[in-house]
Amino acid sequence: MSKIHVTTTINGDPTEFLCEADETLLDVLRDRLGLTGSKEGCGTGDCGACSVTVGGRLVCSCLMLGAEAEGQEIGTIEGMAEGESLHPLQKKFIEHAALQCGICTPGLLVAAKSLLEHNPDPTEEETRYWLAGNLCRCTGYDKIIRAVMDAGKDMREAS
Amino acid sequence: MALDSKSELREFKIVGTRPLRPDGIDKVTGKARFGADITAPGMLVGLVLRSPHAHARIVSIDTSRAEAVPGVHAVVTRADFAEPGEDVADILDNCMAGAKALYDGHAVAAIAASSGKIARDALKLIDVVYEVLPHVTDVDAAMKPGAPVLHEGRTDETVPEGLSPNVISRHEFGHGDIEAGLAQADRIVERTFQTEATHQGYIEPHACLAQMGPDGQADLWCCTQGHYMARNVCAEILGLEQGQLRVTASEIGGGFGGKTTVFLEPVALMLARKSGRPVKMVMTRSEVLRATGPTASSSIDVKIGMTKDGRITAGFAELRYQGGAYPGSPVDMGSMSAFAPYDLEHVKTIGWDVVTNRPKQAAYRAPGAPMAAFAVESAIDELARGFGLDPLEVRLKNAAREGTRASYGPTYPAIGLEATLRTAKDHPHWSAPLGENQGRGVACGFWFNFGGDTCVTLNITPDGTVTVSEGNPDIGGSRASMSMMAAEELGIPYEKVRTIVADTGSLGQNEVTDGSRVTFAVGLATIEAARAAIREMCKRAAMVWGIEPEAVEWVDGAAQPAGPNAGEHPPMTLAEIAAIASNTGGPIAGHHEANPEGAGVSFATHMVDTEVDPDTGAVKILRYTVFQDAGKAIHPAYVEGQFQGGAVQGIGWALNEEYIYGEDGVLQNAGFLDYRVPVASDLPMIDTVILEIPNPGHPYGVRGVGETSIVPPLAAVANAVSAASGVRMTSLPISPPKLLAALHER
Ligand code: FES
Ligand code: FES
Repeated sequence: MSKIHVTTTINGDPTEFLCEADETLLDVLRDRLGLTGSKEGCGTGDCGACSVTVGGRLVCSCLMLGAEAEGQEIGTIEGMAEGESLHPLQKKFIEHAALQCGICTPGLLVAAKSLLEHNPDPTEEETRYWLAGNLCRCTGYDKIIRAVMDAGKDMREAS
Repeated sequence: MALDSKSELREFKIVGTRPLRPDGIDKVTGKARFGADITAPGMLVGLVLRSPHAHARIVSIDTSRAEAVPGVHAVVTRADFAEPGEDVADILDNCMAGAKALYDGHAVAAIAASSGKIARDALKLIDVVYEVLPHVTDVDAAMKPGAPVLHEGRTDETVPEGLSPNVISRHEFGHGDIEAGLAQADRIVERTFQTEATHQGYIEPHACLAQMGPDGQADLWCCTQGHYMARNVCAEILGLEQGQLRVTASEIGGGFGGKTTVFLEPVALMLARKSGRPVKMVMTRSEVLRATGPTASSSIDVKIGMTKDGRITAGFAELRYQGGAYPGSPVDMGSMSAFAPYDLEHVKTIGWDVVTNRPKQAAYRAPGAPMAAFAVESAIDELARGFGLDPLEVRLKNAAREGTRASYGPTYPAIGLEATLRTAKDHPHWSAPLGENQGRGVACGFWFNFGGDTCVTLNITPDGTVTVSEGNPDIGGSRASMSMMAAEELGIPYEKVRTIVADTGSLGQNEVTDGSRVTFAVGLATIEAARAAIREMCKRAAMVWGIEPEAVEWVDGAAQPAGPNAGEHPPMTLAEIAAIASNTGGPIAGHHEANPEGAGVSFATHMVDTEVDPDTGAVKILRYTVFQDAGKAIHPAYVEGQFQGGAVQGIGWALNEEYIYGEDGVLQNAGFLDYRVPVASDLPMIDTVILEIPNPGHPYGVRGVGETSIVPPLAAVANAVSAASGVRMTSLPISPPKLLAALHER
């Protein structure tokens, strides 16, 4: 079966790739484009480690086909920092020790960024429900929730 | 090396602060390379074919159709491996089945192909003929005579006649006379408890990349809690010399004990050997759940006597753990730890290790202890409440302290259990009001902690910065802790030290990251390595000054003349000594190799409020506080993180998580949708209180903190549910249907 040619934008970069018809966006990102920041924890949409944004919408990239990226704007963890300067969420995650092993961190950061774009001033409960699709097995979430809310506060004050 | 004299008075400059972790930026930007992120030129994709049966004789395997597929470069079965040595025989059999498939998901063959798609398709062309055998997955059923038998001849001499060959060993601990103790009791509680198997649930599936040359030199990259263990085990299985196999640990996406053994690695090496190409293997989540270590499931009888003023007169427990298809469930540790928090005159535990048709259990955070604590702490709670006594007071009355003879043998040095209980009693959480259908539970927990083989090398670079090489993967901030201890000892800023996790070619043997050992043992070796470097730097300064090395002391990151020479020369800083090292004898380093004793046991008390929904049986966690002794918290944020993470894993174990097997012995919930670990919206903040009762076995007083935190929550949650609903749940998980049925029976 012949491969599909896809033209898309990833983290602002015009990108082209060839993929199989049944290949997930996550596999394309990781195996074809070398963007291994998105992780596969389950491959079934249950852990959030593969979270990316597609046209600003939070998506599990393991549940989307690579071919569906055609003409889209994809955002991954690799596009979160601007050059040397970390996104406030990235800074707060380090400051709050919101990661232990760090495997869930890229997905949680992408999801948390999407939360703050939709709701710049979330309550703790809103934060917990928004991030309920992102499993973290190490931290018990406490420091993650604090980091996200603290980043939201800083971002509100800065804007 | 003992606690530094006056350590309690020592003013730490860096230890106890919360600096940023050195690997933080890599991990928030996606740059950190975990197991599945490693690639090699020309690599193949390796996949495993797994048994669909719980128990089956493998009659034949025909790989010829798969081998004929273009793009397939190697197919491996057990026939490719030489007869293993006894110490790795079960490990190999678990990685690649021999005569029988012993559980649903057991590996029976593997394939390496030029793409994942080719490998997946070719896997279906391996023809395995199975003769399906009767199976058993329940521990009590497996012990009965007449149960389906997994192995003949594995039972050891501790097991009496008349039981199934599935019963492997019997363990007994304790002292005193149980009957005499029970005779003194005003009330005796006797109950049976059950816990289901749970999985460590690390978010990163197992992954590795192997390559091997025809000369026997091999390289392996993998996510593991111990790359030295991986080297030694793989070398033995593959018939390689340990020195010829270099293993590099990737970043590790969680382990909790589950990555203290090998699953894919020997298979990947064999595929690499046969194909002559690098081979990468990554498990799916369903493979992780079906074929890697869950914990043991258990069935436990407890009998405890208490006087009406709350003194425990006798404690007895009989524990039956199934550890999957091979001997080695942690029932011995469960039996040793069950009553460890208490000072008892009459105590006895008996443990039975049993095999069943389930995946071989792997360590999971304080292996064996949480289930034992669930049983004992539930029974103590029932007695205390029955007498109308304060459950914290009852525990204080019976608490082990310095000088107590532990139920498992040794006599305790200074320990922190009482401190956790007193602090819990004074904490506002204990007196906070509760609403309707709400209840509060407490429980205590214990873990041994461990030292183990450890090597650290500390190099002083020419510009006066410092690198620390250690051999334990950084699973939750340990690079930061090592850098902090090195900087503390050397008297230089934290930012001047960079700690790396070295490959197996760079250091001597290192025990896996287990037993909460890293901050203790690697920390100790780091401090000693720094001291060795300091001795050398003092020597160099003495040489420059023309005085005796003994007349030089190290203060605030610099050598200075001491005693009669004090003040004669200005101090020489570490950077100044480093700059001239080449002229004073060459590069400067310190190293330390040890197998330190004195890890220092650790205790915790957990307190939890729950609300029970009488209509659905759902349990909500309202508030949670952990009180635990850390000895000395090097980086308190990561100590809190260990407390919180362990507590939440315990909450999952108590309420949601379980292995569900069908009648056919096949795992029914091999995915994160149905094997449901706690998510953010299930939980409140997890409050923590760090107590610091210095461990006499470590120069700064450190005790391991990683494991104790999962021991109390099973019982604490169950006790809180009991307080909220009036029903005593003796079987985990306390899932809504189970609790609802119990509420209706009430
Ligand atoms: S890998 Fe996509 S949700 Fe788990
Ligand atoms: S930090 Fe390990 S899974 Fe979240």
